[in-house]
Amino acid sequence: MGSRISAKRLTKELTELKTNGPPTGCTLIQADDLECWVVSLQVLGESVYEGEEFALRFKFSSSYPIDSPEVTFVNCPERGWKAPVHPHIYTNGHICASVLGSGWSPVLNVASLLLTFQSMLASCKKKELPPDNDRYVRTAPSNPKQTRFVYHDDDV
Amino acid sequence: MASENEIMTDISDDDYSDAFDPDEDMEAEFDDASSISDSGFSPIEPDSHSTGKDPKGKGKAVDSMLTLDNHPGASEKLKEEQKVAVAYVEEMLQLKSEQAAVLLRYFAWKKEKLVETYMDSPESTLAAAGIHENGAQPRLKRVRGFVCEVCYDEMAQETLALSCDHRFCKSCYAQYVTSKVVDEGESRRIQCMGSKCNVIVDEKTVELLVEEEVLERYRSLLNRTYVDDSTSLRWCPAPNCDYALKCHILPRQLDSIIPTVQCSCLHTFCFGCGDADHRPCCCPIVRRWLKKCADDSETSNWISANTKECTKCHSTIEKNGGCNHMTCKSCKWEFCWVCMGPWSEHGTAWYNCSRYEEKGGDAVNQDAQSKSRASLERYLHYYNRFANHEQSIKLEHELATRMEKKMEEMQEHSSLSWIEVQFLAKAVETLTKCRTVLKWTYAMAFYLAKNNHTAIFEDNQADLEQAVEGLSELLEKPLDEEKIAELRQQTTDKTVYVSKRCQILLDDTLRGYEEDRWHWAEAIKM
Repeated sequence: MGSRISAKRLTKELTELKTNGPPTGCTLIQADDLECWVVSLQVLGESVYEGEEFALRFKFSSSYPIDSPEVTFVNCPERGWKAPVHPHIYTNGHICASVLGSGWSPVLNVASLLLTFQSMLASCKKKELPPDNDRYVRTAPSNPKQTRFVYHDDDV
Repeated sequence: MASENEIMTDISDDDYSDAFDPDEDMEAEFDDASSISDSGFSPIEPDSHSTGKDPKGKGKAVDSMLTLDNHPGASEKLKEEQKVAVAYVEEMLQLKSEQAAVLLRYFAWKKEKLVETYMDSPESTLAAAGIHENGAQPRLKRVRGFVCEVCYDEMAQETLALSCDHRFCKSCYAQYVTSKVVDEGESRRIQCMGSKCNVIVDEKTVELLVEEEVLERYRSLLNRTYVDDSTSLRWCPAPNCDYALKCHILPRQLDSIIPTVQCSCLHTFCFGCGDADHRPCCCPIVRRWLKKCADDSETSNWISANTKECTKCHSTIEKNGGCNHMTCKSCKWEFCWVCMGPWSEHGTAWYNCSRYEEKGGDAVNQDAQSKSRASLERYLHYYNRFANHEQSIKLEHELATRMEKKMEEMQEHSSLSWIEVQFLAKAVETLTKCRTVLKWTYAMAFYLAKNNHTAIFEDNQADLEQAVEGLSELLEKPLDEEKIAELRQQTTDKTVYVSKRCQILLDDTLRGYEEDRWHWAEAIKM
């Protein structure tokens, strides 16, 4: 039953993204299947990230959208992508944001997540790494959903 | 397990039943629990000699032993308690029973706090708990032209909205609730699927949505939260035990009361911290001590190494039994494992192996280095004895197996019957229990300030230590077929004596807590 909902919903989300396009500043890079999508992202307007392009990787489990997707920033030197320097984003691309954990709701979708991360970057005043970056990156699981984050992002 | 009725009947047969005030049946039950054990150990901290100056402090009683899952009767009892509380809140605040239940769970079943907070501000209290005041009980409904925001499906199927009016289709809701219950073990905190909506999916709504199996799991989880959330209930920590115990104890009382309880599965543990019986040490001391031991683990690893050298011939000796009386295999030198002194000095008035003698009274002139060495030495003194008993307790499992063999042998070689050789099993059991008590006396002694009370405590400790070693040695002796009767007499006597010494130590120490007699070398905070 789970995969039925997830396949159907992802198909519709993808159609929507393709016909009406993703939020401004975002481009669908890869969405060949219903398991893993890559979307590039730029921050609009004035911000500390002006002129930079990032990429987000979305991985969906069969229980999507009941369960949140696994979302990380991509580190890919060939395409010039690097995780943004931000107090809630680790250098391995993991994001500490409640919307991907306890704040997830099945009514949210890829488009709303893209908007969330755009505004998270836009509101950042100073490029700073998370204080525990080195320790976290050294021991982090490959799937950030296995990390129990203590969220500091009350604003997103 | 013993039902409450049985417990009550037991009491009337009990010797001390007449000592009870009929109004204090709670204490009666609690004391009954302490009479479960017949070895002179009371699994419950004896309160019978309490002066009763603080009637509130009397809540050390095990009110009842309850169980879930395996024991429908007791599980019903937990449910009944919840029903009573729900009815109370429902009546008092004029709410629907589902709302009352959600509120109670939000307030961890603290009725008084709930009512008080609600009276102050009903709207915000309900909103915080995830209840919409005037929301009707959710019903399944077909809505024309409805598109579910979760599956993006527009098929005309049944839909459901909680009081917040966030409407989704039934199959999405069912999958969501099932995933919360089955994958996350969630029950009382399942919220509306809407983003940032905290309205709770209550039991009646869950009934509309999920399959029978999931519903059962949900109810059992919900029932568990009743125990988890309650400060006066605790699950028995023994593996595979489903009982819950009730005991009224406040965290701030734990520096003077050790609420030791015995579950119907016979596991004895401290209600305050859930750890195994740690009398006569109170919880804060236990926590400190264990943390210290963990912090100093490098040293303790080194010290707890299982081998020592014979003080005479320096052969390496491994301790493979519980007794401290060592005889070197190669040079036949007899010495004490604990102090490494000659055994001939033990068992007489000389015996002071359990007491740490402060060396050199001229503390003022000691430089920092020798001070820290002295403090390490002092710690090691107590740790060594603590760890030694712990090790011996482990080895006594082997001893128990050996004793079983011995008991079989005895039945073959003498006229003693099965029941008549049980004294050995009894002795091993007593030994283990007393070693556990002794073990914790060293943790306690480490933190006690030096004064006359402490001296008496250490005397009691030394007496028990000597008695325990005596019994242990007796059990290690090879079986002499000629002298079985004599051995039986000696062992039985020693067992009774050891039990008695242990009870004396426990009684005095626990009374000491009540009388505020123990002074700690460092400030102890909960």
